[in-house]
Amino acid sequence: MNSELQEVGLLKGLAAGDRKIIEGIYKDHFNMIQSLIVNNNGTADDARDIFQEAMVVLYEKVRTGSFELNCQLKTYLYSVSKRLWLKRLHQNNRLFTQEVDLETTVPVDEEIGQHEKRDAEFELMSQAIQRLGEPCKSLLEAYYLRKMKMQDIALQFGYTNSDNAKNQKYKCLMRLKKLFFSEYKNGNTHG
Amino acid sequence: MDDLRLLDTVERYIKGEIQPDERVHFEQLRKTNPEVDQLVVEHTFFLQQMNRFGEWKRFKSLLSNIHVDLAEKGQINSARLQGKAKVIYLWNRYKRVSAIAASIAVITTLVISSLVWIIAPASPRSQFEELNKKFSQLEDKTRKQEKEIDRIKDKATSVPQDIPFTTGGTGFIIDAKGYLVTNAHVVEDAKQIAIQNNRGEYLVKVVFIDTERDLAILKIDDENFKPYSSLPYGLSKQTAKLAEPIFTLGYPRNEVVYSQGYLSAKTGFNGDTLSCQIEINANRGNSGSPILNRKGEVIGILNGRQTNTQGFAFAVQSKYIFDVIETLKKETKSPTIRVPSRSLLNGLDRTEQVRKVQDFVYMVKVN
Repeated sequence: MNSELQEVGLLKGLAAGDRKIIEGIYKDHFNMIQSLIVNNNGTADDARDIFQEAMVVLYEKVRTGSFELNCQLKTYLYSVSKRLWLKRLHQNNRLFTQEVDLETTVPVDEEIGQHEKRDAEFELMSQAIQRLGEPCKSLLEAYYLRKMKMQDIALQFGYTNSDNAKNQKYKCLMRLKKLFFSEYKNGNTHG
Repeated sequence: MDDLRLLDTVERYIKGEIQPDERVHFEQLRKTNPEVDQLVVEHTFFLQQMNRFGEWKRFKSLLSNIHVDLAEKGQINSARLQGKAKVIYLWNRYKRVSAIAASIAVITTLVISSLVWIIAPASPRSQFEELNKKFSQLEDKTRKQEKEIDRIKDKATSVPQDIPFTTGGTGFIIDAKGYLVTNAHVVEDAKQIAIQNNRGEYLVKVVFIDTERDLAILKIDDENFKPYSSLPYGLSKQTAKLAEPIFTLGYPRNEVVYSQGYLSAKTGFNGDTLSCQIEINANRGNSGSPILNRKGEVIGILNGRQTNTQGFAFAVQSKYIFDVIETLKKETKSPTIRVPSRSLLNGLDRTEQVRKVQDFVYMVKVN
């Protein structure tokens, strides 16, 4: 019971983006995942990618306010990583050689399905922002991602006043929305 | 309300930053105007996407930073696999491939060795003999070269050993007192010239150059040189006959090289009447080699080959050597060069002819 409570504490820290706690989770679980990947036709770089993706899956799960994993944190990360790696190997026509699991696994297909959908959406957003070009990209990132105030943005980007900056931001935002939604709707029709 | 202000209001409304009285007004507008309602729904979704995208990006970069930090502190196994882990990784990765490669190698070896055994049981013997022969030839050559080096060492040479000779050709004696002829292009722009063969190495100077005929007369200018008593060959004043068999001696290598052929045309490159075309194996360094007919008369002096075709070369006809000597006599007051016109080689077999001629053919070394 005690350890379960501890893990909920970890997950709450993860959801809040607490660096110390995230570092702790990383340190405690990375080597296990690395040996899984490396023993199954992967490189150390693959291991890093897969583990970080599993961490993102976990992060997305706890961000929705659900701190119940129904299993140990370790088992969860292992199951997600294995699932992700199997998919990756399958895409590259490589073989998964290990028959015996180091850890018990739990079904995580649902989470991974959601994760892939979100990943595709983020990829869409990322591409749309890239296609905006400068200065729109920096302007919108400053306002929407870094949450800067309009006055500070005006100063940093050299606009005479915050109204000018707002005007520019509006134009950029309209372009971004257009780019994003055209792709998003296309993606949804066959997704 | 223009679009900018509308969107601004929508954004503030979504973020909950809107004033209470404005909110009432806006919610009223939203109820009556479906377009505004649609805009609110759409923009809410969009902002949500943006926010989550931002969080996702921040989280991913946080993970990358943590990875680097932990790897630096040694709290996780570093990105580069070391020692055993790397071996295991490579082995796991390539064991299938190496197993397949190994089996292919084994099968191929077996097949080839059995084929060799079946098809060619006896033939390798002759190859081995050839190899032996080559070795003995090489040994022979080395022995000869050593002998020659000893002989050359014994002879006093006045040619300084530190002159870096960069180009060269061939030349041959036309007067027993020590005059040679070679191609003008061999000795053009020369600072120092030396000649060398089995007899010795001597410094020479240029007496006359005729670039039009591509001929140069050299004189041995060396106290170690002892004049010849006579020349074995003569220079022909006649134009050579078509299909006449010819041979030459020259220095395309550091050793005298014999080659034979025939006269294939009475004119040279692009119909040049000064020269003739010969079918002979000529290489760089052959320029200035004497072309002799079967009587042992010099009928020409090799001066070049066509670059785009194999096998034929060109030679300046020897009658022009006489012309050049005439010009030289008129223009300078040097002693008369006596060029023999009668050959002593007539009737001898080719090896005897070559043996007698080769002492009069020199490698021309130019700096």
